[in-house]
Amino acid sequence: MSSHDPVRFVAKNMRMDLALIASMIAPGSRVLDIGCGDGTLIDHLFQTKGCDARGIEIDMGEVTQAVAYGLPVMHGDADDDLTHYPDGAFDYVVLSRTLQAVERPRAVLHQMLRIGARAVVSFPNFGHWLVRWQLLSTGRMPMTATWNRPWHETPNIHPCTIRDFFILCEEEGYVVESWLAADDAGQRTPWRRAPRLANLFGEQGLFVLRRAG
Amino acid sequence: MQTRWLRAVPRDSIQDMAMDQTAPLTDLAHTHVVFNDGIMLECGVRLDSHTVAYRTYGTLNAARSNAVLVCHALTGDQYVAEPHPITAKEGWWDAVVGPGRPIDTERFFVICANVLGGCMGSTGPRSPKPGGSGEPWGTDFPPITIRDMVQAQKQLIDHLGITRLFAVVGGSMGGMQVLQWVASYPDMVFAAMPIATAAYHSAQNIAFHEVGRQAIFADPDWRNGRYWETGDIPARGLAVARMCAHITYLSEQALTRKFGRRLQNAPKDSSEAISLFGEMFEVESYLRHQGSTFVQRFDANAYLTITRAMDYFDLAADCNGNLADAFRGTKTRFLLASFTSDWLFPTSESRTIARALNRAGANVSFVEFPSDKGHDAFLLDEPDFHRALAGFLRGCALHAGLRDA
Repeated sequence: MSSHDPVRFVAKNMRMDLALIASMIAPGSRVLDIGCGDGTLIDHLFQTKGCDARGIEIDMGEVTQAVAYGLPVMHGDADDDLTHYPDGAFDYVVLSRTLQAVERPRAVLHQMLRIGARAVVSFPNFGHWLVRWQLLSTGRMPMTATWNRPWHETPNIHPCTIRDFFILCEEEGYVVESWLAADDAGQRTPWRRAPRLANLFGEQGLFVLRRAG
Repeated sequence: MQTRWLRAVPRDSIQDMAMDQTAPLTDLAHTHVVFNDGIMLECGVRLDSHTVAYRTYGTLNAARSNAVLVCHALTGDQYVAEPHPITAKEGWWDAVVGPGRPIDTERFFVICANVLGGCMGSTGPRSPKPGGSGEPWGTDFPPITIRDMVQAQKQLIDHLGITRLFAVVGGSMGGMQVLQWVASYPDMVFAAMPIATAAYHSAQNIAFHEVGRQAIFADPDWRNGRYWETGDIPARGLAVARMCAHITYLSEQALTRKFGRRLQNAPKDSSEAISLFGEMFEVESYLRHQGSTFVQRFDANAYLTITRAMDYFDLAADCNGNLADAFRGTKTRFLLASFTSDWLFPTSESRTIARALNRAGANVSFVEFPSDKGHDAFLLDEPDFHRALAGFLRGCALHAGLRDA
């Protein structure tokens, strides 16, 4: 909360992709939201879909806020805390706009699909045309609405593109059940059936994964 | 070695502190219930009959579904939310329990019992030893465990006609009881709030307790625990035990903030020992005050019994070292809370419990609150902590289908 605390994750606005993520989650399911912030998504899932939704959050101020609101949120972190959950504990494990900020994204994805039947992952797309253009034209690290922190203080230590993410899923043997690209406000975009276009024009990618077999 | 150190402590100074308690620990009438079917203790000894002293606040609803059990810490008692009968000070958790407070007595029926082995009305070392001698148990009182304390509380809850507690809450040793409640009676606890606690007592904490116990043993007035024979109490030993323990309840920052290195004149009427230096640090004065007020309300043998119970506590040891097994299949909703400057029950201990609960698939909330007040923070004015407690209970009430009273 205080200004001198190191910022680990992007300040994310859950409202943008809240509806999109919620629409991918079946009613009554068990959900773990990693990096849940003040718990808006888990509250929404409990209130509207009767889900058993829980959260993990690294920012203690957000945790306090969520708990004081009556939500089951624990202080913890994607890199260290997922290993403590049993296999198949959840139907969905959600990681919203946080993958790019974790220490070991591959390990985190692996854990998500160990403890959950499905992983719902969203991340800002570093392949967006404006990012590419800024780097090409100015020769400096891009600064956009999404990538809005200078390189030396960004918590986003592992940026990736939508195409990168497809490749990682293939390497790891994860099945992409569904995916879409959206603009920063969470609006679906028409090029979602064409990964190359999505990688150029989508500001964020949203994926639902499951283990193969 | 400890004898020499104690001799170095001005003998009279501590005695002076305890001077105004002429009739310590008189047998006040506490609300209580006697269980004549007795209790089988973990050590194998059976108490044929025992008393549980308790207080309640608020009203039990018709469905008997709004009961909240508060478990007190080492030197606490059942007077949670009302003036203490001996010290006349406000209840030890007045900030948390009461009308409109986080544990709202307008909504919940709050119960708090003096622990087995205690000295505020429940059976303990000061209680008469069976056999007709009329003597107290003293050090013959059997060793008590946290599990025994919880078993006695369970008898009280049954007696009150409550089949499921809406919540069990407690800090420090109270938190140990909360954990034991869930482990012993998993279906009886809807929500659990173990605060500033641990699943076992650490070697460092046992070490501090041992210093306190040795201070009591070293006091000649202790008389091998038979101090009732002379009418004196081992006030110096018990006060030193309290002083030592009290340091562990605070933090370096809190001591610096409250006292720093400030000096004050030694009291005029003090013994020569105090005026040895002609002046004293404020922190010394504070600790002596803590020691002297403590001996007015606490029994030395009870202190020995209860510190030992805490030392024995190791919930994982009961499950072959796997703490998660203590909670396997639990439906209880948990709130774990710790404080940044608490070095007696540091956040890492709460995190260990939270992770064990994760392994058991439990529903866990876990918050570490920023505070410079050390372990004592859970008893003090911590608005964020209080907001979280209230919110957690509100959320649980929603899930329990508990209507507003």
